[in-house]
Amino acid sequence: MATTAEPAAQVSESAFREDVRAFIQSNFPPELKGTSNALASVESGAGESEPQRQWREAMGSRGWGTPTWPAEYGGGGLSRREAAILQEELAKAGAYNPIQGMGVMMFGPTLLEYGSEAQKKEHIPPICRGEIRWCQGYSEPNAGSDLANLQTSAVDKGDHYLVNGQKTWTSGGQWADKCFCLVRTDRADKHKGISFLLIDMDAPGVEVRPIRMISGMSPFCETFFTDVKVPKANLVGEEGQGWTIGKRLLQHERTNLSGGNAMGRLGGPTLGELAKMYRETDEHGQLADRVLRDRIADFEIRWAAFLLTARKAAEESKAQGGVSEISSVLKKAGTKLGQERAELSIEIMGLQGLGWEGEGFTAAELAGVRTWLFGKATTIYGGSTEIQNNIIAKRVLGMLDHQ
Amino acid sequence: MAVLNDEQAMLRDMAREWAANESPFTAWRALRDAETGAGFDADAWQAMSGMGWAGIMVPEEHGGSDFGWMSAGLVVEELGKVLAASPIIGVTIAAWAIAQGDSDEAKARHLPALASGETIAALAVDEGPRHAPGKIGAKVENGKLTGSKGFVADAAEAGIFIVAATDGLWLVEKGEGVSVAGRVLADRRSHGEVVFDAAPATRLGDAAMAEQMLDRARILTACEMLGMAQHLFDTTLDYLKQRVQFNQVLATFQALQHRMADLFAEIASMRAAVEGGLEALDSRRRVPQAACIAKARANDVLNLMSREAIQLHGGIGMTDEYPVGDYLKRARVLENRWGSSAFLRDRFAGLAGY
Repeated sequence: MATTAEPAAQVSESAFREDVRAFIQSNFPPELKGTSNALASVESGAGESEPQRQWREAMGSRGWGTPTWPAEYGGGGLSRREAAILQEELAKAGAYNPIQGMGVMMFGPTLLEYGSEAQKKEHIPPICRGEIRWCQGYSEPNAGSDLANLQTSAVDKGDHYLVNGQKTWTSGGQWADKCFCLVRTDRADKHKGISFLLIDMDAPGVEVRPIRMISGMSPFCETFFTDVKVPKANLVGEEGQGWTIGKRLLQHERTNLSGGNAMGRLGGPTLGELAKMYRETDEHGQLADRVLRDRIADFEIRWAAFLLTARKAAEESKAQGGVSEISSVLKKAGTKLGQERAELSIEIMGLQGLGWEGEGFTAAELAGVRTWLFGKATTIYGGSTEIQNNIIAKRVLGMLDHQ
Repeated sequence: MAVLNDEQAMLRDMAREWAANESPFTAWRALRDAETGAGFDADAWQAMSGMGWAGIMVPEEHGGSDFGWMSAGLVVEELGKVLAASPIIGVTIAAWAIAQGDSDEAKARHLPALASGETIAALAVDEGPRHAPGKIGAKVENGKLTGSKGFVADAAEAGIFIVAATDGLWLVEKGEGVSVAGRVLADRRSHGEVVFDAAPATRLGDAAMAEQMLDRARILTACEMLGMAQHLFDTTLDYLKQRVQFNQVLATFQALQHRMADLFAEIASMRAAVEGGLEALDSRRRVPQAACIAKARANDVLNLMSREAIQLHGGIGMTDEYPVGDYLKRARVLENRWGSSAFLRDRFAGLAGY
């Protein structure tokens, strides 16, 4: 995360809180209360309503969508405490942060750390205003878990690089304006031959094909680069520094995919509540199917323990001023539980929980099916569970590589 | 590890150091092999009491420190790591029950003696081999308690019993109308069948208080189990880093690395659940739920860890000489105490209304 800039004037906490309240009062369109368009507007092709646009622009003008980023690049320049106050007040008002997406989550923090002054001035402000969609050009057909095996090449042509190759699993690639990309600038060295390059998605030679997934949705694309000219100014860091920069970015990704953020989306009824809607109860109002009841309780207890683990990891990281070692288990544990929850939900609902489309199903039932299917991706992307296990074993537990 | 205040961190460090230096695993082994039938070493308990551990839940005006549940839990966890035998859980819970209870006379008479380590207390709730607080037959008539209690920990050493009867919690002193018969379980600690035959009893509280006491016993027992699971994990990891087969240390094999990564995640979950239980007790928020989460996770993770520890150690883990087996045997006793996971899941679902 970016360094915290000092606010221009020493404003007391309560004065800041008043300022936030007044801002929300005069800028947050009341009809948006309790909704969240954040993900839809940034990571899908869904358009923006007029009130949504107004709210995004208002937050963007203050830099409050990226509250702790430096004000000189369009961020809010707030202290952590002030950012927390902002978040509290937004929650109280039923308002969401409209500035989201990969630019905010992963690319921005990485560029603030490794980018040149000119790159920060060019790329950070549009992220802070929520005007730009970034996508991630990492995986390739033969570079998944073995990411460093990537082959997309960038050849030095004097004032530009000539890029050729194929990326895959490009989330939101069909809607993105720009792509942060790992490319090969040297074939002789697996890791040191990788560079971090920024590519315009509308540049000649870039072609995007959405991939239809088992969920019926197409959130990922194949991206083809054929003789794409990329200005040298778009190289982040030094040539050959891409692996270091790229890994740093993945740390931001992992933090966001684990614990709170990804799992916070679960929402809805607890499994116990869901079961009471779909299954018979006995004279005490308890589930008549005692085996199912036992399994739901088993899940809910492990889920509660996971939420406690995520909270503890955050508290420890804060207290130690570094990343707590238990953070390493959150992605693997949270995604596994999310999948278990979806499977149990379907078991509770029976065939009523497997509706694909059309009549006879509620919107929640139909959405549940897509969530169940899409959820299979969570233990694969962002470093599969197996890769997470390797990381835990080697880096946290100090178990050695096979000789 | 929970984020601790200075007092708590000091207490934990003191407990860790004492356990390592004064009560290592060999101390438990010496006690076991002496075959005196004693559940713990009396001198060791005096030393622990001298450091204030017996009085953590005793109010200051009665000679304790009133440090709170997080502090008690930290000490119990450290003792669990080295399998130190002590009556600390029974004493701590009894002190809470007496301090919360109706009898000022009992407070004045017993709390200072509990805090000083002079009096040992035992919890007498269940009447059979399974935790069943809904099936209590012990009755009190005219201040005399009659009934029998099974598998009471430290019954032989106890001077007082906190007894669950049909109408709530009572305190009974050993003596008139009380007889104890030893039961040797696989963990080789002290357990006994206690028969109360019109034993004079002092009322402490109602059935709701008995429930509250059990939640506290569940959480504190989970702390001992956490220490045991953590030790088993650490010692297994050390072993895998040393043992060589096929000219490789075992720790280099991915099949074993991923099992250890899974266990590491499970223990992180267990620790969060157990520490969440202690925090719930100190803040008095959603204690019944927190107790189910803490003890159910402790049961399941320690059960898995104790089985995996044996398997990953191979044949050496099966020998009596090696400590792993002692942890396995103790684990099963504690898993059954104050609620198996099935019992706790039933309770958790009931609390959540499904």
